[in-house]
Amino acid sequence: MTTDRPLLRARGLSHRFGNRWGCRGVDIDVWPGEVVAVVGESGSGKSTLLNALSRRVRGGGGDVEYQLVSGQVIDLPTMPEGELRRLWRSEWGFVHQNAADGLRMHVTAGGNVGEPLMANGWRNYGQIRDVSTQWLERVEIPADRIDDVPTAFSGGMRQRLQIARNLVVSPRIVFMDEPTSGLDVSVQARLLDLIRSLVSELGLAVIVVTHDLAVARLISHRTVVMRHGEVIESGLTDRVLDDPGAPYTQLLVSSVLRG
Amino acid sequence: MYGSTKILNVTGVDKTFTMHLQDGHSIPVVKGLTLEVHSGECVVLDGASGTGKSSILKMVFGNYAVQRGQIILSAAGEEVDIAAANPRDILAARRDTMGYVSQFLRCVPRVPALEVVAEPLIDRGVNVEDARSRAADLLSRLQIASTMWALPPATFSGGEQQRVNIARGFIADLPLLLLDEPTASLDTGNKQVVIELIAEKLEVGAAVLGVFHDAEVREMVADRVVFVEDFSPSGHPCAVTGRRFAAPLTFPSTEVRDER
Amino acid sequence: MNGHRPEYNYAYLDEQTKRMIRRALLKAVAIPGFQVPFASREVPLPRGWGTGGIQVTAAIIGPSDVLKVIDQGADDTTNAVSIRSFFHRVADVETTTDTEAATIIQTRHRIPETPLKHGQIMVYQVPIPEPLRFLEPRETETRQMHALNEYGLMYVKLYEDIAKYGRIAKSYDYPVLVNGRYLVAPSPTPSFDNPKLHQSAALHLYGAGREKRIYAIPPHTDVESLDFDDYPFQPQRFDSPCALCGATDSYLDQIVVDDNGGKLYACSDTDHCRRNHRLEHPDEDEA
Repeated sequence: MTTDRPLLRARGLSHRFGNRWGCRGVDIDVWPGEVVAVVGESGSGKSTLLNALSRRVRGGGGDVEYQLVSGQVIDLPTMPEGELRRLWRSEWGFVHQNAADGLRMHVTAGGNVGEPLMANGWRNYGQIRDVSTQWLERVEIPADRIDDVPTAFSGGMRQRLQIARNLVVSPRIVFMDEPTSGLDVSVQARLLDLIRSLVSELGLAVIVVTHDLAVARLISHRTVVMRHGEVIESGLTDRVLDDPGAPYTQLLVSSVLRG
Repeated sequence: MYGSTKILNVTGVDKTFTMHLQDGHSIPVVKGLTLEVHSGECVVLDGASGTGKSSILKMVFGNYAVQRGQIILSAAGEEVDIAAANPRDILAARRDTMGYVSQFLRCVPRVPALEVVAEPLIDRGVNVEDARSRAADLLSRLQIASTMWALPPATFSGGEQQRVNIARGFIADLPLLLLDEPTASLDTGNKQVVIELIAEKLEVGAAVLGVFHDAEVREMVADRVVFVEDFSPSGHPCAVTGRRFAAPLTFPSTEVRDER
Repeated sequence: MNGHRPEYNYAYLDEQTKRMIRRALLKAVAIPGFQVPFASREVPLPRGWGTGGIQVTAAIIGPSDVLKVIDQGADDTTNAVSIRSFFHRVADVETTTDTEAATIIQTRHRIPETPLKHGQIMVYQVPIPEPLRFLEPRETETRQMHALNEYGLMYVKLYEDIAKYGRIAKSYDYPVLVNGRYLVAPSPTPSFDNPKLHQSAALHLYGAGREKRIYAIPPHTDVESLDFDDYPFQPQRFDSPCALCGATDSYLDQIVVDDNGGKLYACSDTDHCRRNHRLEHPDEDEA
């Protein structure tokens, strides 16, 4: 009925900052082709969870396993640095809340999208440029802006550039940290629509952290609710948002401003 | 006539809403709910307003959780208990086995009406051109002008949104269809189209479980009626206020406006 | 030509320092192109003026060596003259302007036109040893990139040049890949000189005194200039021959000759120019 193994599986994932738990005892799975939203308010531990899962912060407790394209399952906490970096270049992507963190702001759009290719050994300028152009168009950035630098782009366009840069190597899983935060509503809508269609077209797995339940509603299949570093509730997105069981989830859902 | 294949088998389902924000006040919805729907059969849920008819559809669809009982879907030789299934299996069931036409169209902001309707087919692997062509046929039948197909439904009237909803719900060949007031904001002509669509589905062996406020429509499609009050928790009909939580989260708000 | 001054150790640096530098040099030669950190010492020259080159030369020079020092190809600039006379005094060595006669050639920013032979050592003065420095300012990051052989960023720079100028614009300190492994800054020599490094018979040693790094290219090592398949590396070419000696295959300097903007192009490698012109010239330094 459904496939065997999750792409990414964490059990008992924990990370401390001194005496404070960033996230604690979190179990989470991400399956191929699905979008999981991790929602919560500030300080809920959702970003820590994302960073711990993607190994951007190390040294915490718990098991994290990832299944490679080859089918082999690897243990992430013990993976050597070089191999982890290779994973980032080939199978993983990360979209930052602030596009400037995920782009080289003084390198042209074409250079930003082409860099992962060049890092992977592409040595033909013409081909690199062609692929970059295709991806810019795919994220609705006009192709004639390929030689412009991101400092000349709007916030929404920078985010779309960041997405293109991440997807150019055809990753299997993309981690997103508040990708729509700070953008105008119409721009958010456009970005989320793009994410939805890319997920469906490319069969991507995505784990997206957001404080905005509407984002979860719009793009995710499953939602995990966090508070104070722990998972409060998780399940099908429409169920968690329409029939929340836990008291905190009910509070969260009922707090959303009505349009 | 309906075949003997049981598509949906609901047994002993209890559901209660616990309102933690109101000191844990409980609102029981149903107790011991039991019903079956067979292929080619249309079962109608009947009862006074607020007795949980829509909620039952949502429980079957997996949108609402249940505290007890089983909701078994049987299709293509496999069985899934929606009451106990994990999210992935429920999603698979929604893709392959059951469709749901709700009262509200949750609009993804920029997607054109044609794509909204074609999506369930595309998700099931149908070729994009074919999917769009079938979507176009259905929309035409439901009298949505072709000039509107490229527009996002968020800009449509309530009745138009409802018809897009219906097209999306009916386009794929699914063994079970859940219909929640599908004709609520439609005029006579469109109501008739919906009745025909339902009849066509039944003809090919689909099972239908629906809530129809409109007596005329009910008359035309129902094979059996289940009285929801029979499963009322306290023996009396109790008022379940509809949407207890936030309004549907869309840009912009999609309150249904009556077409007439 | 007197014996070296008794107040200074031979070649100015103390023996422990020379030993430390030699260890770094051995390591550098063993790992071609890898930047070896070393404890750079004070020498009678300000930082940024060739202290790295001086320390390397001081560590390897001996009484039987013949030293040539060039600055932008010329033996007769102030710095070349000063450094040459310094070593003459503290190491009691014979000095020369003849490339073929030298055993050690210390250079700032040029490789001589005359092909180098087995047994010769080039010592380069390097301002910024890290080829990625201006693209990635963090040392922690660049060390990782070298360790993990991640040089995509350098190609991004080349891509940006092509996008902006239609060609790779780097004309000096053009990045090379040494022995198929390490990305190296060949010091600010013109890209014209890059091909001379490939499979060279000589030993090339690089010293960056201010940045405290030593690296090396052993003899007969593959050195390739970075490029794209469809934009291959092309060293500079000149339209006209040297105005003084007629050479067509050497790197030319532009020399202004009068107040009307008149200029001529002459070989930057003064020794090569002289040799080409078959002029007699004393081999002793003029200091």
